[in-house]
Amino acid sequence: MKRDAALSVLARHYPDGIVVPVYQSAFDWMAIRPHPLNYLCTGAMGQALPHALGLALGCPEERVVVLDGDGSLLMNLGALVTLAEVAPKNLVHFLCYNGQYEVNGRFPVPCGRDLDFAGMARAAGIRRVHSFAALDDLEAQLPALLEGEGPVFAVLEIEPGAAHPQDYVAIHSAESRRTFREALKARRAAAA
Amino acid sequence: MAEAPGAPVELAADAAEPIRGASIVAAIKAAGVDMVVALPDIVTCETVLWPIARDPGLELVQVCKEDEGVSICAGLSYCERRAVLLIQHTGFLDSVNAIRAIAVEYELPVVMVVGLQGMEPDVRPPARSEKLGVRIMEPIMEAMALGYSVLDREADAGAIAATIAACYEASRPHVFLVARSPA
Repeated sequence: MKRDAALSVLARHYPDGIVVPVYQSAFDWMAIRPHPLNYLCTGAMGQALPHALGLALGCPEERVVVLDGDGSLLMNLGALVTLAEVAPKNLVHFLCYNGQYEVNGRFPVPCGRDLDFAGMARAAGIRRVHSFAALDDLEAQLPALLEGEGPVFAVLEIEPGAAHPQDYVAIHSAESRRTFREALKARRAAAA
Repeated sequence: MAEAPGAPVELAADAAEPIRGASIVAAIKAAGVDMVVALPDIVTCETVLWPIARDPGLELVQVCKEDEGVSICAGLSYCERRAVLLIQHTGFLDSVNAIRAIAVEYELPVVMVVGLQGMEPDVRPPARSEKLGVRIMEPIMEAMALGYSVLDREADAGAIAATIAACYEASRPHVFLVARSPA
């Protein structure tokens, strides 16, 4: 399935919660669901899940969704073990698996598309693990996946979709961080 | 002229009173920290990490790699929750890129307590250590414009809580270098 199509489905089912997207998924997500609760500044590859874990622990009343990349997760596979150990009920980790470093020249990741990320997540100790290759399957299962108890790990077998602008300024900017901080603070104050 | 690494120096009289692990833990709590993110460090494991693991007033999050902890502390800071990252200097070195981006360039309150594994007991300051990994720590932090202080004597514990609080108030990182195994 095309990544932008999969992310559009997610945006329909998850219109206004916290999302931690990385690299091409972030660029697509910013265009598909621009929102102050997009946590864009993860700093370096391999850091999306740990940032999200910090948010999930710090805001247990909020759901936190991660849009990770395969190359990024491969840099910190141990983070899956950390996720299983901490086991936040409010965290959903999507992995966009296309077998390549898409924003770094589309060079293949080691082992390309032969990796079993779902198996790795299960082996790490994560109990709710899914894999989606078809858009209608994702659409059908998303509501339960998003509403159930986490942590959840879901592989999205994707291909590139529409070419959204690669806005590197936004994913490192002080304005993005300030926007997120203020939006989260306001949301928590409103819910208190 | 730079001093030769490894040359013994005469320590001050109060150097006989090493910093206590209990003082570090108490100072962390006094700063409003209620979560410690950690990967075991041989310098602090016995007298800091184990007591934290047994302390009902502190939540311990174990990570598999130190740079995870940098990002977890960053995420927590957006939720107005204070944390400290307890690691070894080898893990700090392994995490320099994450620290550079997330703590320094993003100006987030990532507070690290870093044990100087291998620091000789009769050598001060760390920049004179014979151990390359120890010797380069302070120059690296200075190059990164990353604030730091050395925890060696018990008297050093007095500034920990205020330093952590100031980091959270100003949204900036800090590193406490633990120069010896706390008593």
